[in-house]
Amino acid sequence: MTCRELTELVTDYLEKKLSFLDRLRFQLHIGLCSGCRAYLSQVRQTVRVLGHLPPESFPPEIRDELLNRFRSWKAGPPSSVIQTPESD
Amino acid sequence: MNPQDERRLLEALRNGDETAFTALVDRYHGPLLRLALGFVPGRAVAEEVVQETWVGVLEGLSRFEERSSLKTWIFRILINRAKTRGGRERRYVPFASPDGPDADAEEAAVEAARFRRGGMMAGHWVLPPNRWDDNTPERLLLNSETRKFLEQAIDALAPQQRQVITLRDVEGLSAEETCNILDLSETNQRVLLHRARSRVRQALERILNSESGKDS
Repeated sequence: MTCRELTELVTDYLEKKLSFLDRLRFQLHIGLCSGCRAYLSQVRQTVRVLGHLPPESFPPEIRDELLNRFRSWKAGPPSSVIQTPESD
Repeated sequence: MNPQDERRLLEALRNGDETAFTALVDRYHGPLLRLALGFVPGRAVAEEVVQETWVGVLEGLSRFEERSSLKTWIFRILINRAKTRGGRERRYVPFASPDGPDADAEEAAVEAARFRRGGMMAGHWVLPPNRWDDNTPERLLLNSETRKFLEQAIDALAPQQRQVITLRDVEGLSAEETCNILDLSETNQRVLLHRARSRVRQALERILNSESGKDS
């Protein structure tokens, strides 16, 4: 396994989708190659950054508007509205 | 959210508890907006799609059967609305056709110039990546400039890559849930995730290199 090949297998490795043998080759390579160790660690850190990205902000008026909708929903849906079920 | 908390929240919502609803909006409006931006062009349209999503949530609340988590259910409503909307916005193509940009198989995780071309060490690093400090993610997020740069890197992804990385890495959904919501095969989902992560890593590397003055 070359370094270049390894960079293309990183996601499969992290997703535990490599075959037993490929996983072994991957780990063997990582054990010997500091560049690829750094690369794998960078990808892991990338995932961590993404997981801590602050949510999109939104103006407080939207919150009030939605609360009003909730209140009218609570009061009972207008009978003219044909509801389409959202399956889960 | 654990299943018990979720059941309690659902019950409160069904009983018309306003605090519960506000908490739900605070928790999910931002993530929904981010997700919507992966389907429709522009913030204004995305904001409308999220509003429609909340209407859909209220309409469906009494029938929600908890076969999926509340989060997955809400995200699925958003995506249904966004798809309808994205279809109407004709100049925008959120779903790549088989020969669209996402189908490009030659998109390398790391540019070819970083590896040796020939000889015994062909395919090995010429320029190995640097090890980042352990606190790099936190540090990047604290700086508004680098945060903006990161957001731009996500914006620049092909729509499907952006959708997958948002659900998987930003929102922390499982591969299975993501395939389910976006109607993707497991392999396709993984390929999209791989390309998206590789791109974002590249962007982070550029930020860090320019920070340390070693512009490459």
